[in-house]
Amino acid sequence: MRQLCKGNVAIVKAAIMAGCRTYYGYPITPASEIAEYAALLIPQAGGTFVQAESEVSAINMVYGAASAGERVMTGSSGPGISLMQEGISYLASAELPCVIADIMRSGPGLGNISPEQSDYFAMTKGGGHGCYRNIVLAPSSVQEMASLTMLAFELADKYRNPAVLLADGFVGQMMEPLELEMIEPVIPEKPWAVKGTKETRQNLISSIHLTNDMMEEHIRKLEKKYIAIEAAECRWETYRAEDAEVLLVGYGIISRVLRSTVDLARQHGVKAGLFRPISLWPFPSKALAAAAKNVQKLMVVELSTGQMVEDVRLAVNGQKPVEFYGRMGGNVPSAEECQAELFARMEVLV
Amino acid sequence: MSEYKVTQSKAPVFFEYFDRKDENRHQTHYCPGCGHGVAHKLIAEALGDLGVQEDTIVVSPVGCSVFAYYYFNTGNVQAAHGRAPAVATALKRSNPKATVISYQGDGDLAAIGTAEIVHAANRGENITVFFVNNSIYGMTGGQMAPTTLVGQESTTSPWGRRPNNEGFPIKMSEMLATLEAPAYIERVALSDAKHILQARKAVHKALELQKQGAGFTMVEILSPCPTILKMEPVVARQWVHDVLTKHFPLGVFRDHKPEFTPVDVPQKPIAELLGITGSKLTEEEKHSRRQHTRAKTIKVAGFGGQGVLLLGQLIAEMGMREHMEVSWLPSYGPEMRSGSANCSVTLSHERIGAPVITRPEVLVAMNEPSLRKFGATVKTGGVILYNGRALPEDLHYEGVSVACIPASEIADQIGSARVANVIMLGALLEATDCLPFTTASHVLANFVKNQKLAEMNEKALAAGRDFLDKEILVGAVAGPDGCGE
Repeated sequence: MRQLCKGNVAIVKAAIMAGCRTYYGYPITPASEIAEYAALLIPQAGGTFVQAESEVSAINMVYGAASAGERVMTGSSGPGISLMQEGISYLASAELPCVIADIMRSGPGLGNISPEQSDYFAMTKGGGHGCYRNIVLAPSSVQEMASLTMLAFELADKYRNPAVLLADGFVGQMMEPLELEMIEPVIPEKPWAVKGTKETRQNLISSIHLTNDMMEEHIRKLEKKYIAIEAAECRWETYRAEDAEVLLVGYGIISRVLRSTVDLARQHGVKAGLFRPISLWPFPSKALAAAAKNVQKLMVVELSTGQMVEDVRLAVNGQKPVEFYGRMGGNVPSAEECQAELFARMEVLV
Repeated sequence: MSEYKVTQSKAPVFFEYFDRKDENRHQTHYCPGCGHGVAHKLIAEALGDLGVQEDTIVVSPVGCSVFAYYYFNTGNVQAAHGRAPAVATALKRSNPKATVISYQGDGDLAAIGTAEIVHAANRGENITVFFVNNSIYGMTGGQMAPTTLVGQESTTSPWGRRPNNEGFPIKMSEMLATLEAPAYIERVALSDAKHILQARKAVHKALELQKQGAGFTMVEILSPCPTILKMEPVVARQWVHDVLTKHFPLGVFRDHKPEFTPVDVPQKPIAELLGITGSKLTEEEKHSRRQHTRAKTIKVAGFGGQGVLLLGQLIAEMGMREHMEVSWLPSYGPEMRSGSANCSVTLSHERIGAPVITRPEVLVAMNEPSLRKFGATVKTGGVILYNGRALPEDLHYEGVSVACIPASEIADQIGSARVANVIMLGALLEATDCLPFTTASHVLANFVKNQKLAEMNEKALAAGRDFLDKEILVGAVAGPDGCGE
């Protein structure tokens, strides 16, 4: 049966369903319900919740639990995520699976607590040091907060890599019906983990590679993994894109606004379509290029000054004009506003 | 030739050969006379004596001992600079039976990692920390440590440590001993055989206490660094004895198990915990339930404490029960703190696009500021339900129906100001017909466990409905049901 559930709470429920019994975190608006519900629910499922002294410590506790082979997660928002970037770099290098939820707020600096999509660069391009990638999934509804959390755990384990749930404050704070079904999570064996047992005594979790050649070999190994992820794990969704002459591109909450914009534009005689990346890294470049093949123009809408738009431009590789419309500071454009912006950018077409 | 007989050998907890090293696999990477080798040996011997090699995990830090995993034939995890206590915290909690060691130098523990060590100690994590204090940075090449002595030269304190610029050396053992949780903290020195024997006892004791589950244990080990201090090994050891121990007095700073009563958390089956109940309805059943509903976009606004967010949630919950598509979005900005709140609720028969409502079909304004803020945004043909006897004289709304309901007054008559939002709910259902009253009663009964409040809610729901029934909507152009669907 469906239950009315907040996006942030759905993450915790899905994590428990996925077999996560370990949460380390630090509260921050608009992500605090994740820590609060982890504190409430995970110990009742026999697991561990610790409120760390900072996000720096929280992510390093995640590192410790992941080293022990646990399904472990943390959650935060912009400023806290900035503090976690060091640890995320270590996790990626040591090839430790974990799930990190970033419920984006406005920035830079302390910014404010209202929603933005301005952590796209930080999470998809590697906000910490060194050549590494996070798997980044972008939910747009409460149900997806749950389903993509479960997928994030699966992919993290499959590739031994941090997986990020990148949602804006709207998706974190809103309530919608959530349908959860009891499943038995399939957690792969982790023979590399350090568990304080005879069998795992020879294991070493480390991110130090002392010689130039050893370091390069390790980076190449990671690179190979990232290429495999790019080949296998792109996810996206389209809406009325088949006959579109203009393609709107947006993720998270914006994809829902744009869905309404597509219908509005079509009511006004403009064949609009929507392309919504679900995986932000790997970015579904090929699928987007294919969807854009017959359109005259693309327009990207983001709650930022334009971050994902760079990946859209790379995907269409100069073959199509890419327009951009962004709002910031917690302002979210309505479907009508997006339609007006679209029409203003395509006077030739209308 | 005479025969050699081995009377002393490496502790068995060490690897026979250090194969993780790139070269010179028979010797450590530590300099001659360095204290780390001795500290490692004391730890390895204690682990062997306690018979815990198989279940030990050593967390190595950043600094000269970053390569502790070359030597300890145990589980090994290498941590970021200063973070070893956080990493060890999680390793221990995941593996409560394991012996978990956080091995750290003075820069790692007393500078960059101060937060991690203080809070691991304060939580009473059942781990053992070996804190090697040699008063200087080794790996990076002789920079000032937080434990560098006043007047002691380093590459980053070229005039000697000046209290006016760098403050004083930090005494971690004393500091941590002020906390309630730690079970055992002792400072020892690797200065001569006598003191090394004392260090040996302390190391053994700390690990034994961890095995007993006593809680946080730490041994601070004053240690010579001949290379960086530019001293002969023997002189460096003497310096530890003569100088370092004068500033960092040896001794036990803590030796008792913290007393408290553990609080256990009740356990629940997963399905119950996650609220997975009941069975799915068929599409037909869902369809028939939806027959009695109308799609609406609703904004509820008022003061914090008027149950504004809850009213929105109740409406969304009701819509969900009738198998509509619903969304509820709160304003959670800074205004929440200043006492006003609002939320957007969408009830729909189709997949919901943006949950943000800029032009609602229905506004429930629980106070005048909310009416002034959102009244003009209501769509033509929409409904405004205002908590008050009459509209303020200067406000007029064209093309929308307005009903004024003195909900707060009626709520007082019913017996609690808290039910004003339910009165507005009754009025909303009557005005818009978007959801059945019976569903409202069920949802309210589920939300409220207190019998008295539940009865008041029932009265409030009926009062809102009845009040509106008698009231003629002001300025109605399309009637209360006339909002376009």
